Amino acid sequence: MAKPQLVCPAGSLAALKAAVDNGADDVYLGFRNDTNARNFAGLNFDDKALAEGIRYAHQRGRKVLVAINTYAQAGRFADWTASVDKAAELGVDAVIIADPAVLDYAAQAHPDMRRHLSVQASATSYEAINFCREKFGIQRAVLPRVLTLAQVENVIRHTEVEIEVFGFGSLCVMNEGRCWLSSYATGESPNTVGACSPAKFVQWEKKPTEMDVRLNGILIDRYGNDENAGYPTICKGRFEVAGETYYAMEEPASLNVVEMLPEIIRIGVSAIKVEGRQRSPTYVAQVTRNLRQAIDAAVAAPDKFVVKPAWMAELGKVAEGSQITLGAYNRPWR
Amino acid sequence: MANPLKLPTIPPFALPTLVARLGARLPQWPHSLNLALALNAAKKLGVLPEDSLRELEGRHFRVTVLDTGMVADFAYRQGAFRPVFVSSGQPDLHFTARLSAFLQMVSRQEDPDTLFFNRSLSIEGDTELGLRVKNMLDALEWPRLSWQGLRPTFLKP
Repeated sequence: MAKPQLVCPAGSLAALKAAVDNGADDVYLGFRNDTNARNFAGLNFDDKALAEGIRYAHQRGRKVLVAINTYAQAGRFADWTASVDKAAELGVDAVIIADPAVLDYAAQAHPDMRRHLSVQASATSYEAINFCREKFGIQRAVLPRVLTLAQVENVIRHTEVEIEVFGFGSLCVMNEGRCWLSSYATGESPNTVGACSPAKFVQWEKKPTEMDVRLNGILIDRYGNDENAGYPTICKGRFEVAGETYYAMEEPASLNVVEMLPEIIRIGVSAIKVEGRQRSPTYVAQVTRNLRQAIDAAVAAPDKFVVKPAWMAELGKVAEGSQITLGAYNRPWR
Repeated sequence: MANPLKLPTIPPFALPTLVARLGARLPQWPHSLNLALALNAAKKLGVLPEDSLRELEGRHFRVTVLDTGMVADFAYRQGAFRPVFVSSGQPDLHFTARLSAFLQMVSRQEDPDTLFFNRSLSIEGDTELGLRVKNMLDALEWPRLSWQGLRPTFLKP
């Protein structure tokens, strides 16, 4: 049985080292600009940090993947090709790309550099994935978190492209790569500026008995003092709909696939991804350490696999909203 | 990496309310002075990245430790952290938490987002500045010290 790679996030060199030290096979990261979908102040890698990160990972036999996964904006295509060229120059192991034009450039200019199809490309069918294989020579595709496990298995059966799925982390509303909710409120979204709910539009306001959060003036949620908070995104807000106030789109929760690891391995998933380049090295260390142990246990003895309460406790603690879910993987409806 | 300074595990705790009541009555300027001195020392060691520090220029910060009653005000001006003794108006950024949460955060035992989600840490003011400071703290590479390493050589086996 093939062992899936554990792909972990890094927003800083400290986080990259935490991922490597705790058992990640691959670490993914971005440059300090809007060519990646976690373009937040003070996050990500300049050339010097990336070179050091690659050295650190390669010395220990791990891989570094660079996400260049926003869509090239009109008149600025050169910024995206420059990021692809920089990744090639520094000797990364793969680039993760969403925009077909950027994929095409990478395939032409650097045919030997591995190309992964980003989740932001929103390719959910084997036809879409095989098309990208044929046109741009992609070696791996990251599936959006919208498919059931049976649907993931069907994709795997019909493609030679390696399939990567999300295993842990915050969930997007089930419309990845095509979501414009952030743009609706602020004019900026992950695909355009590399950030969902950019911080300059977010306002937390603490009052004696509650805390309000607004995005560009729009009230997204009001937390009582004993309630857990979540990321200030529209999809996870509570809104009044037909006289009732509730999570109208989705509850803030983190995906956690630990209990279905034997199934994920059985259907032939090549890589399991952890979300959270915006999180701290502490989060990266905690999540990587627990998933490493769980994956190793599931591969060693899939039939005897038992979920350890300690894994779930630590993973549950760092989850957004301190809640976990299996997301779309086990939903009964299609 | 989870605990690079090899500090003992810090449990969540709250000091008795009397401590906060007394602490709040004490002069606060020594806290502001000490924190500014410590931050400048870290800067001098090269632990804090210069490019991120430049973005803090002219901004006023406040740290409130709920269960000790400590409030420290400081600003970053002309390339150095300076205590603010007479607080005029609202700070640009205000961190509030109990002592245990601050200790867990700086020792990298807990993730700041986790502390924020579970409401142990409150961040008010300019959200983008807050994110920048959080990401700067996250990116720090603490020297790999241990208490063992700090013991005088004549005590070592």
